[in-house]
Amino acid sequence: MIEVRGLTQTFRTRTGPVDAVKGIDFEVRDGEILGLLGPNGAGKTTTLRMLCTLLKPTAGSAVVAGIDVSGDAREVRRRIGYVAQVGAVPAPGTVVGEEIVVQARLQGMSKADAQARMRALLPSLSLEGFEDRALSEMSGGQRRRFDVALGLVHEPKLVFLDEPTTGLDPQSRANLWDYIRMLRDERGVTIVLTTHYLDEADALADRIVVMDHGSIVADDTPDALKAQVSGDVISVAVDGDLRAAERVAADVLSPRTSTIEDLGGEGERLVLTVERGDTAVPVLLRALDEASLPLTAVEVRRPTLDDVFLAMTGRSLREEGS
Amino acid sequence: MLTETWVIYDRQIRSNIRNPVWVFFGLTQPILYLVLFGPLLTNVSGGGLGGDESWLIFVPGLLLQLTIFGAGFAGFGIIQELREGVVERQRVTPAHRSALILGRALSNTVTIGVQAVILVLVAIPFGLRPSWWGVVVSVVMVSVLSLGLAAASYAMGLILKDEDSFAPFVQGVSLPLLLLSGVFLPMTLAPAWLEKMSQANPLTYVLDGTRSLFAGDWGARAISVGIVCTVVVTVALTWWSARRFQRLSS
Repeated sequence: MIEVRGLTQTFRTRTGPVDAVKGIDFEVRDGEILGLLGPNGAGKTTTLRMLCTLLKPTAGSAVVAGIDVSGDAREVRRRIGYVAQVGAVPAPGTVVGEEIVVQARLQGMSKADAQARMRALLPSLSLEGFEDRALSEMSGGQRRRFDVALGLVHEPKLVFLDEPTTGLDPQSRANLWDYIRMLRDERGVTIVLTTHYLDEADALADRIVVMDHGSIVADDTPDALKAQVSGDVISVAVDGDLRAAERVAADVLSPRTSTIEDLGGEGERLVLTVERGDTAVPVLLRALDEASLPLTAVEVRRPTLDDVFLAMTGRSLREEGS
Repeated sequence: MLTETWVIYDRQIRSNIRNPVWVFFGLTQPILYLVLFGPLLTNVSGGGLGGDESWLIFVPGLLLQLTIFGAGFAGFGIIQELREGVVERQRVTPAHRSALILGRALSNTVTIGVQAVILVLVAIPFGLRPSWWGVVVSVVMVSVLSLGLAAASYAMGLILKDEDSFAPFVQGVSLPLLLLSGVFLPMTLAPAWLEKMSQANPLTYVLDGTRSLFAGDWGARAISVGIVCTVVVTVALTWWSARRFQRLSS
């Protein structure tokens, strides 16, 4: 659905050229949800804007829905839907139904088709009865669903969503996630979304492209990314000396990392990262028993995407997200 | 292209109708000049002023003021739309870029046409006795001019992107243009250097044209010169704006 080769964007600023996107390559397959993940300023939105024909690439090429964005931009626009980041509070005087009809008509639909489409679209996004409502009277979640409706008026097979759930409450986020999954599962829509929320990329995306400082630092499925970077995390407590337990674990497991974490009131834990947690636990259990250091608690958890980002860039995504 | 222009025009007009306060807001300044400054001119002599004849000089000036400020400040609207994301989402449609700017500018044309008619009507009780056909042609002229000015204002709004740099720009351009066209007093009263500068301003000829029209002086060369100037300025500004808009959205 999308093929990106050497895509570059250099902005000219007063302080000299800024390389916002530095020659990236990636692909998006039909019917998948691709998550573009990265902190603010990583180049996600700039990449999206180039793919949506809103910004001419400085160099490189992008074939979107079968058309080169540097070639027939109008045809690309006909085939894609684009939902921008949350905009400012709308001026009074704009009405939900009318705005959707205007958008549909600019996509080339007749007045009657546009109105029929608007009436069908509103209920599917839980916006029934909002036709005559002023935009300025909508809640954050309603406004975001309205934004999504605008991007879908012409039933595109490829939709770009720029930070779709930023600023939404958990309930509204979950609803929007369900809708995005439904688009893929029932309509076969290919979706590219940017986010700086790890849980969002993890929950929604079939594949994740991690961007940092204008380059792609990783491109894989969420599970593969997690497995590749940090393995599993085992956290144990023992009845006895934890330092002795650490030496035992080092002998039998050769963990990648091994630290003793102070959990405050709950005492200390030995935290190990190993390739596979499920096979490591029985081995560790037996070895600790033989050393008369019986386990009192054990927890195995999969690494989060935050661990992935930290390992790849040396920075935590959480520190920069909003 | 025509449909797209109409769709955008229709959207802007609906929004104006829901907030008619803007139509009156744009009228307050010229009406204040009409009521609180205009009467002074009836007691001044020279340059064709004096008595009720003064209104034939002054009201066309107010029409030009209305046009320059009304259309010149149109760009504020697109800066707000830029922030709301309206411009962006219209740009990702296959609609022609020029339709997006023309539809908007046409809505200003209609607003200014309506305001111009109201302004002329308000001036009647003060003693305005113009050639009515001249008024009709004049209103059409300033409406056409406002198309070019509004389009240019939208393009500048998109270039400058925020009110803080847009406001001083519009003030800095519109006020000198307005004063140099001889908006309050005819330029025949001006010293030679000021008159020279005034002759370099195309809006001077538009104003001279509408003054001759108000006076019903149909034989005056100023009328044809004014009409040609209006058309040339409008075509040039609209063309430039459409190109800028195209370039800005690739």
